[in-house]
Amino acid sequence: MRVKAKLYPKEAARLLREKPGVRDAVTGATLHFEAGRKKAYQEVDAEAWRERAKRVKDHLLTHLDQYLELAEKRLQEKGVQVHWAEDPEEAHRILREIVARRGVRRAVKAKSMLTEELGVNPLLEALGVEVYETDLGEYLIQLLGEPPSHIVGPAIHLALSDIQRLFHSRFGTPLDASPEALAAVARRVLREAFLTAELGISGANFLVAETGTLVLMENEGNIRLATSLPKVHVAFVGIEKLLPRLHDLALFLPLTARAATGQRLSTYVSLIQGPAKEGEEGPEEVHVVLVDHGRTALLHDPEAWEVLRCLRCGACLNACPVYRQTGGHPYGYVYSGPIGAVLDPGLLGLEDTHPLPYASTLCGACYEACPVKIPIPKLLLTWRRRAVEQGLAQGWERAAIQAFSKVMQSPSLYRLFSKGLRGLPLPQDWLPLLRAWTEGRGPLKPSPKPFHQLWQELKE
Amino acid sequence: MRVALFITCLADQFYAEAGVATVRLLRALGVEVDFPQEQTCCGQPAFNAGHWNEARSLALRTLGVFQEAEYVVLPSGSCASMVKNHYLELLPGNKEALELAERTYELSQFLVRVLGVSELGKGLSGKKIAYHHGCHALRELGVREEPLLLLKNSGAEVLPWEAAEECCGFGGLFSVKLPEVSLAMADRKLATLPQAEVLTSTDAGCLLHLSGRMGKQGKGMRVVPLATLLWEAYAG
Repeated sequence: MRVKAKLYPKEAARLLREKPGVRDAVTGATLHFEAGRKKAYQEVDAEAWRERAKRVKDHLLTHLDQYLELAEKRLQEKGVQVHWAEDPEEAHRILREIVARRGVRRAVKAKSMLTEELGVNPLLEALGVEVYETDLGEYLIQLLGEPPSHIVGPAIHLALSDIQRLFHSRFGTPLDASPEALAAVARRVLREAFLTAELGISGANFLVAETGTLVLMENEGNIRLATSLPKVHVAFVGIEKLLPRLHDLALFLPLTARAATGQRLSTYVSLIQGPAKEGEEGPEEVHVVLVDHGRTALLHDPEAWEVLRCLRCGACLNACPVYRQTGGHPYGYVYSGPIGAVLDPGLLGLEDTHPLPYASTLCGACYEACPVKIPIPKLLLTWRRRAVEQGLAQGWERAAIQAFSKVMQSPSLYRLFSKGLRGLPLPQDWLPLLRAWTEGRGPLKPSPKPFHQLWQELKE
Repeated sequence: MRVALFITCLADQFYAEAGVATVRLLRALGVEVDFPQEQTCCGQPAFNAGHWNEARSLALRTLGVFQEAEYVVLPSGSCASMVKNHYLELLPGNKEALELAERTYELSQFLVRVLGVSELGKGLSGKKIAYHHGCHALRELGVREEPLLLLKNSGAEVLPWEAAEECCGFGGLFSVKLPEVSLAMADRKLATLPQAEVLTSTDAGCLLHLSGRMGKQGKGMRVVPLATLLWEAYAG
């Protein structure tokens, strides 16, 4: 996927200006999810669950090499073919080989952020393979040619009218078709795809090392079809998505569902134990592609590795008042919102992503929501500090902070500044900064006298 | 008991009356108040923007200024959190920073937790008040109930507000780095604002941002720092 994170501030402003409907759609949906999460957290000892989940993930990440080896062994024992991909190119090579060997013409694909990261759809299209996204939201944005706007709800930014227009132009449905009628059209198209696809592609919510079990959570049943009807199933799994033991699922399944959508459990949970045996129905081949793509390097970053605990539940997006204004597109990469702001620099480097750590007011709502207690505000501060150290801060900002700091270092300069604020014109350098403030909020009106002057009167 | 007032640069310049109110209130409650003259800014703007060197020197200055204080009280949740939580990140292992952190309080937190005051007077009887939870007061300091308790016990009606705990979009430099997003956040907050007579909060930044935005939209409402209202609760 092409990374456009550098454009974040411009794209966020442009979206607010040009597509105000996105803000309404995203705000409505995220507030709904957020209310669901809060309610679902209240039903349990959320603090204890989150702490426990954090510890399990930390244990996993600090022993990742051992658990990866164990997972590979267990998967192979079940007849799963295990592949390792360090980068998208290697993942492409593995997929290309499978497509060629099995003569794949049509593929169905479950929603998966990792496959977005790897650019699986463009690859398949280039190979002449028809690919159908089978999650309804993902199917909508596939038809529109857009990337996902949210980790869990990829089409969260669309209003019903957008979808009515889309289906009208694609399938000739009336412009006022009901959601049920639209879903029926999608169902017809996707059923046909399920029944004829030679290849099913998925990600994984978890991969249990102890048993070599692939775990997939969903609500629509489409993943079950994608992993059971086609003769070949390929699952792309980020190496950080492992869990040590099967019984960890007792915590992680309900916690993830609560965090993501406020559900106690997702409607469907698939525990996949390899290809079909003699006399069973199911795929003949199951492949697991363990993908690194920057994760090992991030794991060795002592200040930033904690982000790898992420379960991709999207709770931080729903809780984030910044994300709510624009949805995910302006962030310019697969992972948006608060988690994107700390994961994207970790995976891609700060050079290409450095505005993202500034896409937050540090309000802390993301940390409260996170099921594995990723200290997102702390990580944002770390990436910001590094941006400054690497000279990525804009010139005006550096100048403003240095001037500000100089004034604040000296009480007498500060007194002068205080007088200036109440009479003198402000220095030219500060003007862009001042303009950015006053345009939306009117001029700054200082108190008639600063407090340090009033203090003299209070003393007497 | 002696308290050193850390007015914070923003309140010093834009909400000076909050400082006056803080001094009067603390004195009325029998606390002696100092105002160390050398104080300027806690360094939070530089820290949050990633400029840790600049922030560190301001933090060291502040440590020196308040070294002697028995307690440090700020009419600001975010600056209080800067001193209490983030100085330790900026200056790891610094003993003075640790000690200052333990002696530093946001005003309402100090009144309730240290002075044990839960009622100041009935000066706000019948007043309809909207309280905005500043994010750092709420989530970094854990100040949620204290302001509400003090306001309610003074006879005020704190109106329910759907977005009371949502960020207003100020965020320091965020407000000028991403002005469009910042304003959209303020608009969401203000769109849900109940019909109150006064809007209040612990933080000058949030109030500047929200009142400026309200003014731009032609809405009028009294917007004052919590300290001002707490003094009114006492003095009537």
